[in-house]
Amino acid sequence: MSRRRTAPKEAAAPAAAELTYRDAIREAIRDAMRRDERVFLMGEDVGRYGGCYAVSKGLLAEFGPERIRDTPLSESGFTGAGIGAAMAGMRPIVELMTVNFSLLALDQILNTAATVRHMSGNQFGVPLVIRMATGAGRQLAAQHSHSLEGWYAHIPGIKVLAPATLEDARGMLWTALQDPDPVLIFENVMLYNMTGKLAADAGPVEIDKAAVRRAGRDVTLITYGGSLWKTLEAATALAAESIDAEVIDLRSLRPLDDATVMASVSKTRRAVIVDEGWRSGSLSAEIGMRIVEQAFWELDAPIGRVCSEEVPIPYPRHLENAAIPQVPKIVAAAKSALGRA
Amino acid sequence: MTTLADKPHLSRQHMLDLLKHMIRIRRFEDKCAELYTQEKIRGFLHLYDGEEAVAVGIIPVLDKRDRVVATYREHGHALVRGVPMATTLAEMLGKQEGCSRGRGGSMHLFDRATNFYGGNAIVGGGLPLSVGLALADHMRRADIVTACFFGEGAVAEGEFHESLNLAALWGLPVLFVCENNLYAMGTALAISESETDIQRKASCYQISAEAVDGMDVVAVEAAARRAIHAIRETGKPRFLECRTYRLRAHSMFDAQLYRDKGEVESWRQRDPITRFRSWLETNHMVHSDELTHIEEEVAAEIAAAVAFAEAGTWEPVEELARFTYEDRTFEDRGVQ
Amino acid sequence: MVDFRMPSLGADMEAGTLVEWLVKPGDKVKRGDVVAIVETQKGAIEIETFEAGEIEQILVDLNAKVPVGTSLARIRTELEPTAGLPKAAVALPTAVVPPIPPPSITPAPPPSAGPVLPQPVLPVPAAPVPSVAGRMRASPAARRLAEQRRIDLASVTGTGTVGAILRADVERHPGPTPSAPKRAIGLDLDAMRTAIAAAMARSKREIPHYYLEHQVDVTGCEQWLARTNAAQPPESRLLLGALLIKAVALATRRFQAFNGFYSDGKFEPSPAVHIGVAIAIRGGGLAAPALHDTDQLALDDLMTRMRDLVQRMRAGRIRGSELSDPTITVSSLGERGVEALYGVIYPPQVAIVGFGKVVVRPWVIDGAIGPRSIVTVTLAADHRVSDGHAGALFLADIGHLLQEPDEL
Repeated sequence: MSRRRTAPKEAAAPAAAELTYRDAIREAIRDAMRRDERVFLMGEDVGRYGGCYAVSKGLLAEFGPERIRDTPLSESGFTGAGIGAAMAGMRPIVELMTVNFSLLALDQILNTAATVRHMSGNQFGVPLVIRMATGAGRQLAAQHSHSLEGWYAHIPGIKVLAPATLEDARGMLWTALQDPDPVLIFENVMLYNMTGKLAADAGPVEIDKAAVRRAGRDVTLITYGGSLWKTLEAATALAAESIDAEVIDLRSLRPLDDATVMASVSKTRRAVIVDEGWRSGSLSAEIGMRIVEQAFWELDAPIGRVCSEEVPIPYPRHLENAAIPQVPKIVAAAKSALGRA
Repeated sequence: MTTLADKPHLSRQHMLDLLKHMIRIRRFEDKCAELYTQEKIRGFLHLYDGEEAVAVGIIPVLDKRDRVVATYREHGHALVRGVPMATTLAEMLGKQEGCSRGRGGSMHLFDRATNFYGGNAIVGGGLPLSVGLALADHMRRADIVTACFFGEGAVAEGEFHESLNLAALWGLPVLFVCENNLYAMGTALAISESETDIQRKASCYQISAEAVDGMDVVAVEAAARRAIHAIRETGKPRFLECRTYRLRAHSMFDAQLYRDKGEVESWRQRDPITRFRSWLETNHMVHSDELTHIEEEVAAEIAAAVAFAEAGTWEPVEELARFTYEDRTFEDRGVQ
Repeated sequence: MVDFRMPSLGADMEAGTLVEWLVKPGDKVKRGDVVAIVETQKGAIEIETFEAGEIEQILVDLNAKVPVGTSLARIRTELEPTAGLPKAAVALPTAVVPPIPPPSITPAPPPSAGPVLPQPVLPVPAAPVPSVAGRMRASPAARRLAEQRRIDLASVTGTGTVGAILRADVERHPGPTPSAPKRAIGLDLDAMRTAIAAAMARSKREIPHYYLEHQVDVTGCEQWLARTNAAQPPESRLLLGALLIKAVALATRRFQAFNGFYSDGKFEPSPAVHIGVAIAIRGGGLAAPALHDTDQLALDDLMTRMRDLVQRMRAGRIRGSELSDPTITVSSLGERGVEALYGVIYPPQVAIVGFGKVVVRPWVIDGAIGPRSIVTVTLAADHRVSDGHAGALFLADIGHLLQEPDEL
């Protein structure tokens, strides 16, 4: 059922290993826990089960049950506990199994984690990292297929990341753990099995800049997370029709890297945003509006977007595929921006 | 088995201290009410009249290193914990000299110096936080107790159950204090809980629990000493249900349609301050000029706090976004 | 004496209705006593006094709904003893009254030498992207109109932010075929004659002209001018031409069908009135540059600008936009001319007003014959846009305006 994706080959780095996105995250957690004894992982089935997505497999044996801490099904309780532990000086990684269950912890995230620093007049900060799986594509039906990164990106006081590559899966966690404020990391479920090469010395990366994954001249395709690979595939298809697309991987959804986006749109004069959230009030709406605010005079075409259809994600494969962004829709949107059918 | 550490000190000075703490809270709340009617305090105001014995009986038993988490009805907790009255009142007026820079107001008093973690307007919101604070102390083997205050209304929230379960499961040093004043805003306990004996709920989570007369400051203190001592000894959580009553309305804008005036009056007869003072007077533990002196001192402190707060300044609007995130350069964060 | 006021009891309470007094004048009250009951949207709430003393006077009747802060009663307070109060607040075992603390809790961030992480997420848009050199900015609306009218955007001056071309900028621009030279005219009379030939030929080819004529008594204007100019030095004196042009400008405001541009089968009235003043130069040159917003110019200004235009015209220093901006043209041959002048419309305009020379004629006024200064005003207008009826009203309006030189 899962499609293996291969990340683009990296420029030769010494002793690059072949591994999966999941492996990269595990390495990141392991590395962080070795470096800093304040770091611990807490969540449902992270210990004995090895993690719902096998991300934490083997970590319990290495670090023990205090630091790889299985929790009961108490999202609000253990997320709040992560907040309190962070406020008291630890560096917890709270794993909410998926963004779908994170709604139970939304109050703690919004009303405590995001607000405490501002509300207390800077007396207390919450250096907490929350990781969540997100996205559709595994026929898990309506309650297990949400992409709510856009909702979280709406909240001042937290940061929101969407690693889409092995380097980012490996490198964003440590930087996030250093951040004195809450950082949410969204891992798209379709990426866990993705394989690629990662330099043996791959380490922490910055978390507040977007990356141009493919340079181009004719249209800017802006995306994040699981949609990155579909967008790159679309760019390849467009190239066959002599359309040279530039692909931007946002990487950070809050804060958004406006500068990179505007520089690109300025160059290509056309933008299409690919966002797995539902269209209305989505992150794509925010990005589109920012382009209007900052680069209106550069545009040669209306801004396009490819989002999920406004339906609860259904179970059967053909309907699920129709509900979420796909390569043909991205290609069509890009061509439309160029006035081509 | 009880030791000296877990018995209240019934020395005269200690008794006077308890009385003064309660009177200080009562007069402060009264001043807040007055300032609220004059529109100097805005938003919501929840006063602690009648419940003073709970905060006063428990908080002084804690050490400086211990942590306190409270609710939106937390002025009394803040004051007895040692948050300065002047900065507390400045906070209520919204001035930047307030303990939370004026940004929180009545419901969001925070004070790092006294390990006072708010001030929380979400019912039940502080329980998971307390579990987390205690989790950190547990993991570092620190001898620190986290006292978590909440009303009986919070008992209905899922967070209550999740938090008690986690604290018991992981053996965390939390003192859960339920201030059962019989009404969650306008809803009586009897019509919102199938099991109204709240301490029993804690026992179901394998947490030792005790119910105590929340109008009797000495009884509360005795129970607190027992519980806190036990937590320090065992590292495990404890639960105190303090049965008390709110003599004022839920907040200033409350017509109290949900409860009978007669009921309020009968609880007023058990006013913790009046009772304690009578007891002290009957037992010749206080002279009337000492009482006068207490009132005068408190009045002077309040007057000074009002002057401080009213002389306070507004945080510049340009600072609005400051401290949404921490104010540091990228390099400072030590990212290599 | 202090006032007992309607208290604010809630964030959304604006007023309350007093429904019961629990005290009366003469009653003694202390702090905390309930003195009245107020009905609010939430129900009846008891209100207390924070002052001690004696009720002196009730100020508000029952069932009066009054705003928060209204005085409800007067209380005569007791004098409070001043002796014996401790001056400073006493330190409690666990509380200290601090000195006024400085507002900042954390040390200020060091002045950064290195790159500062941008304050994340004040969602204030950054300034628009600085323009790429040589890049032309035009709004979608402007581009569409330019495409429709076959105008080269490079020839349009933009008035939007960052110099962007807006739709209105394109509207102001005449059609793509030169009705007037776009560049500044040197004294190249041949080129000018060629341009005039092209424009006039096109005009006669495309525009169905109709003609109307009206005689206007300008004696009043002349008398007004004499009076007004008496006090002016020669260089500031007004000429009749200024009055005539102003009158046409004001009338044009009221008759949209003569002010604007016709192209691609559509007439677009202009929101502004820019009279093109036909100016002839020695050697055969002729052009009609714009007096911008003529209807809003005071006569002195109008005169000054006309003088300026003529001067610059003769020196060959007219701007391209001045030639393409006029929304209607006025032509006058002055004193050396003839009694009536029928103009040829400058496309894409839709009208041209002509003034003959002033002639003293015998005229009937109040049944008697007397000499009056008469000028013949003509209208040549585009019959696709207007007809004789409108034209007649337009000319009549000009005539009426010239009877009230004070109002011009």
